Amino acid sequence: MKVTIERNSLLKTLGHVQSVVERRNTIPILSNVMIEASGDTVAMTATDLDIAIIENTNAMVITAGSTTVPAHTLFDIVRKLPDGSEVELTLEENDRLVVKAGRSRFTLACLDKEDFPIMNEGDMPHRFEIASEELKRLIDKARFAISTEETRYYLNGIYLHVATTEDGPRLRAVATDGHRLAQVEQDVPEGSSGMPGIIIPRKTVAEVRKLIDETEGAISVALSDTKIRFAFEGVTITSKLIDGTFPDYSRVIPEGNDKQLEMDCRIFAEATDRVSTISSDKTRSVKLSIAPDNLTLSVNSPDSGTATEELAAAYSADPLEIGFNSRYLLDILAQIEGETVQVYLNDPSAPTVLKDIMDDAVLYVLMPMRV
Amino acid sequence: MVAQAVFAALPDFNLMTDSEETIFSLCRSCLHTFEGKGHCPACKKTRIISHAELLDLSIAHIDCDAFYASVEKRDNPEYATKPLIIGGSSNRGVVSTACYIARMSGVRSAMPIYKAKKLCPDALFVSPRMKRYGEVGRQIREKMKELTPLVEPLSIDEAFLDLTGTEKLHGAKPAVLLAKFANEVEKEIGITVSVGLAPNKFLAKLASDMDKPRGFTVIGDSEKEELLGKLPITAIYGIGKQSAKNLAKDGFTHICQLQEQSQSSLARRYGETGMRLYNLSRGIDNRKVQPQSGAKSVSAERTLSRDLADYPSLEEKLWDISETVSSDLKRKELAGSTVTLKLKTSMHRIITRSRTLDAPTQMAGTIFEVSQSLLKPLIDGTPYRLIGIGMSHFRPLIEADQPDLIEPERTKRTNAERAMDKLKGKFGTAAISKGRNFQSATSSQQKKDTKKP
Repeated sequence: MKVTIERNSLLKTLGHVQSVVERRNTIPILSNVMIEASGDTVAMTATDLDIAIIENTNAMVITAGSTTVPAHTLFDIVRKLPDGSEVELTLEENDRLVVKAGRSRFTLACLDKEDFPIMNEGDMPHRFEIASEELKRLIDKARFAISTEETRYYLNGIYLHVATTEDGPRLRAVATDGHRLAQVEQDVPEGSSGMPGIIIPRKTVAEVRKLIDETEGAISVALSDTKIRFAFEGVTITSKLIDGTFPDYSRVIPEGNDKQLEMDCRIFAEATDRVSTISSDKTRSVKLSIAPDNLTLSVNSPDSGTATEELAAAYSADPLEIGFNSRYLLDILAQIEGETVQVYLNDPSAPTVLKDIMDDAVLYVLMPMRV
Repeated sequence: MVAQAVFAALPDFNLMTDSEETIFSLCRSCLHTFEGKGHCPACKKTRIISHAELLDLSIAHIDCDAFYASVEKRDNPEYATKPLIIGGSSNRGVVSTACYIARMSGVRSAMPIYKAKKLCPDALFVSPRMKRYGEVGRQIREKMKELTPLVEPLSIDEAFLDLTGTEKLHGAKPAVLLAKFANEVEKEIGITVSVGLAPNKFLAKLASDMDKPRGFTVIGDSEKEELLGKLPITAIYGIGKQSAKNLAKDGFTHICQLQEQSQSSLARRYGETGMRLYNLSRGIDNRKVQPQSGAKSVSAERTLSRDLADYPSLEEKLWDISETVSSDLKRKELAGSTVTLKLKTSMHRIITRSRTLDAPTQMAGTIFEVSQSLLKPLIDGTPYRLIGIGMSHFRPLIEADQPDLIEPERTKRTNAERAMDKLKGKFGTAAISKGRNFQSATSSQQKKDTKKP
């Protein structure tokens, strides 16, 4: 194998694929990227056995061939090469890959391509296209609530499914860690209506999200009960899905919260952020004292002092005091794009619902804290 | 000589030389202090501590004498005159404490029980009652805190005290306070302690160990180097078997050999450890007495009476341990977010598995649930001789065990556990236990019942 690739496009490709490779691997070949050269393209593949990413780049292929080399090392080399240089990759007979650019020359140890694990995609009967903007929105508005607790592995991802609503079927993304829940939905893309509910793992969500930023057009999604594939221009990510049952989240979204509070979202977020300065960096509870047309935020930290801030609010129900984790509250407020956030309360120990007045396709549930 | 004559001629100038050093003495019986040596001029008794620096030193180490055994002897007067050994009841365990009578036969802590039985066949063997020792230990610690806020507990029965600057408050020198403390603990709590008084922690700990039991030893700056020189290298804290072996390879077996080395040669050879060895061998220790050097983890473990390999019997132990760890956390007002399961195989290999939770917990139910899922993959026929759970990464209590959206059962269980804790607080621990425990306690009874027609 002998190919010449422009440094920047090689860097971009390696940047995508190396990100899937784990820093520590018990199986050596999982540290490697597979390079396959043929025609006028080079395909680079990396996997952690749960996610496989393959990306094609234009290259001048002098001799076709393939091999695998340590992904992070090759990435670091290319990263440090000067902008605009031409990189020559040559596979030598003794299983060494020579990387040449300008006056630099590197020799990397290769592992046999035959040992590189290829993910068996199986049949993917459900296929649809989704605009990159739409997928980005689904991910961004839900991912912050993904749980990291391994005991509840079925919460370690975004639950993507078609929900039946009053307005007909909707494609819905839900994530929760037991403290907060995020639900965001949109029109069902054509071809998605029969899809099963799936849980997309956190790492896959993160990798896909990174690629969205570099994509403008539509993304092709194909999935089965166990796997999902996202095809971008030139890049394809295939991932296993979380094998578990997402809990029936609808029963935790309260229906009867009749105390409605409306706040200017930015002012609310800024004030919450300000008062939470006083809480020692670990405990982040903030107390909301809600009275007609008035909201007082307060933080009382035994170590560092107290903070209060009064805000104008649209509220007419009975006064109420409720505590929240300010970090969780801020996470939600950050995702509300409209000017006004609607907060539906019940009592100080019941889940609270937050909505964006401008966007009825998003909904958040926040569990109060005992403060 | 000329200089001495000049100084001696000056009034009110007390020239101190080694030979003329003023010795101060303290009577441990009546707490009278006086210059010089000999019996107490006030009460004529002879429990006297004499040292030139006696009234200047303020770092102390207090260690209870054969603590567990002493508590047992106090609670059970019939044990008083017999050799008493606290340790696991089966032959598999080790001696955790031997009373001083048993020690005369050569029984030592950490010795296997069967060996102790051989050495001291007429000894009484008693299983430890950690709870009781905890109570007594806390009682003693509370008394220490009356002397100074700077109490750094090392374990249930020993602590460092920094009494610097407390003279005004108490109207007495640290040495006097300590002697008074030892007398009071003996009289009021019925436990004897040994006290070490020195310029720093290292020497204080060394001192308290030199005249056990009921000792009071002072090590001053003037004699520290000479005294350390005679000791083996293992007297330095942090030098265990392995380090001692490594040092012995380089020819260091006694502290005096380290004293001959220059700082740079030790540093070159052992790096940071070398610097420490240089300082400690000269009796220099700048560590402060840190009151709440706070626990980093809370854990409990059980050595099993026989090796177990099957899940149900290990799970049963797990519940018991979860409850112990949980009640420890609750008592200390801590909540941990990482659960670590520890197992020791019959071949003495230690296996640990840990998991970090989204939010910290102090609930036995949650600790049990997580440790269950850690245990399951380790059940592969391997026999285990020990099982334990540790909780670490403490977070503020307020974040712990908050109501859960997804699993109302978790919230319910937490509320139930809180209610149970309240009842236990009212009626005692045995008053109430979860179905699981109740079952295992009464299962034999039930089996009998079900057999009846």
